[in-house]
Amino acid sequence: MSSPNELFTQPLAVINIGLQIFAEALQVQGVSCVHVDWRPPAGGDADLMAILARLNS
Amino acid sequence: MKNIIDKANQEAYERIDSAQVFLTDIKYAREVLPTLTEYVIGHAGPPIAWPDMCGPMQGAVIGAIKYEGWADGDDEAMSLIESGRIRFVSNHSMGAVGPMTGMITMSMPLYEVLNETFGNRAYCTFNEGLGRVMRFGANDGEVVARLQWLEKTLAPGLKKALMLSGPINLKVIITQALAMGDEMHQRNIAASLLFGRAIMPYLTQVDMGSEGAKIVQFILGNEQFFLNLAMAAAKATMDPAHGIKNSTLVTAMSRNGTQFGIRVSGLGDTWFEAKPEMPQGLYFPGFGPEDANPDMGDSAILECMGIGGFAMGSAPAVVRFLGAGTVQDALGYTQEMGEITVGKSNSILMPALNFTGVPMGIDIRKVVETGIQPVINTGIAHKRAGLGQVGAGIVKAPLDCFIKSLVAFNKTLN
Repeated sequence: MSSPNELFTQPLAVINIGLQIFAEALQVQGVSCVHVDWRPPAGGDADLMAILARLNS
Repeated sequence: MKNIIDKANQEAYERIDSAQVFLTDIKYAREVLPTLTEYVIGHAGPPIAWPDMCGPMQGAVIGAIKYEGWADGDDEAMSLIESGRIRFVSNHSMGAVGPMTGMITMSMPLYEVLNETFGNRAYCTFNEGLGRVMRFGANDGEVVARLQWLEKTLAPGLKKALMLSGPINLKVIITQALAMGDEMHQRNIAASLLFGRAIMPYLTQVDMGSEGAKIVQFILGNEQFFLNLAMAAAKATMDPAHGIKNSTLVTAMSRNGTQFGIRVSGLGDTWFEAKPEMPQGLYFPGFGPEDANPDMGDSAILECMGIGGFAMGSAPAVVRFLGAGTVQDALGYTQEMGEITVGKSNSILMPALNFTGVPMGIDIRKVVETGIQPVINTGIAHKRAGLGQVGAGIVKAPLDCFIKSLVAFNKTLN
């Protein structure tokens, strides 16, 4: 890829991570899109993430 | 740390998976639950005091007092309660469970279920049928008379029939009924009929006098008759998984209509509580969400062992009764529960999911990490005592219970 502009001049294949609404918006426009159901661990709570990291270490 | 916890959870999971549960006898509560002496009432969910009880729970308590003859009427029952004479105890602490309000008192007959693998026993009351029943808070003369009939007529008949039949394998019935479209929480049609098939040849040999036809009709006429047997089976299955050091597996979920609580294998007898969520579902004609009581009952023990909401993918017929969307949604619930459980059953299999085992053994780490809340199929009680069931639906276990237990578990490692 020599230039970012080239990205938008060819068919896109998108991997969407997180909010499904973005994937749906692309699919409505006919853009090929794979959705990955992902959310931050423990809702992004730093204290809980630290506990989980400890228990899963 | 991960390896230590995983090993402890694997042990807990294997105990659940290897359980072999049999209905062995009918016992009166006073015979097997020594806590239940005069003026003591067992209830569903975590421990709760009278002022904090919801309407249906208070109504059921008054009914239980009248049933035992500790008071003649509602006013006398209220005086007894206000005097502090009545003591309340959580069913789970006695090795017992009960649906909805979960009332258990000393004279009530109980199913005795033996977990043959580990030798422990668990108990549950009989299902009273639908309509105006004590588990939904009704307490009038008809309700009390039905309970007395269960005690004095149905229980002796069933006990004699069981002596003739020998122990009835409940895990086999649960497995067969799952393949026939039951999830054993809000759909028990197949399981109830299978139980009827097991007991009827022996019940008909028992001299029941003029009550014989009524007993047969009572057992076969109630599509949820097996629910209480499934609950006792689940309690007997889950108890050996409790008390394993370093295990983060959930061994009980239960609700008293005011608080939702969970117990965790490695965290002793502490209940980790949060406000229950309101069930989402379908209401009977004339009722709506404004009539609903918060989620209630010991029956979420079923989901702990992987049936009920966890097995909804194998019970497509229950989906519309619960207002749970499409069959695909039901499959999605079951698959999602696989994200928060330790393993899958090796014997309770779902034909519709290519004979995959039900997801079994909730891990608090996985719930908190993913934010996926355990899904429970539930009946919806009217918030006013005695009006009974007003619908059925799905409710999710509140995330805060799992967060609190995870924080507590972490502290035990300090």
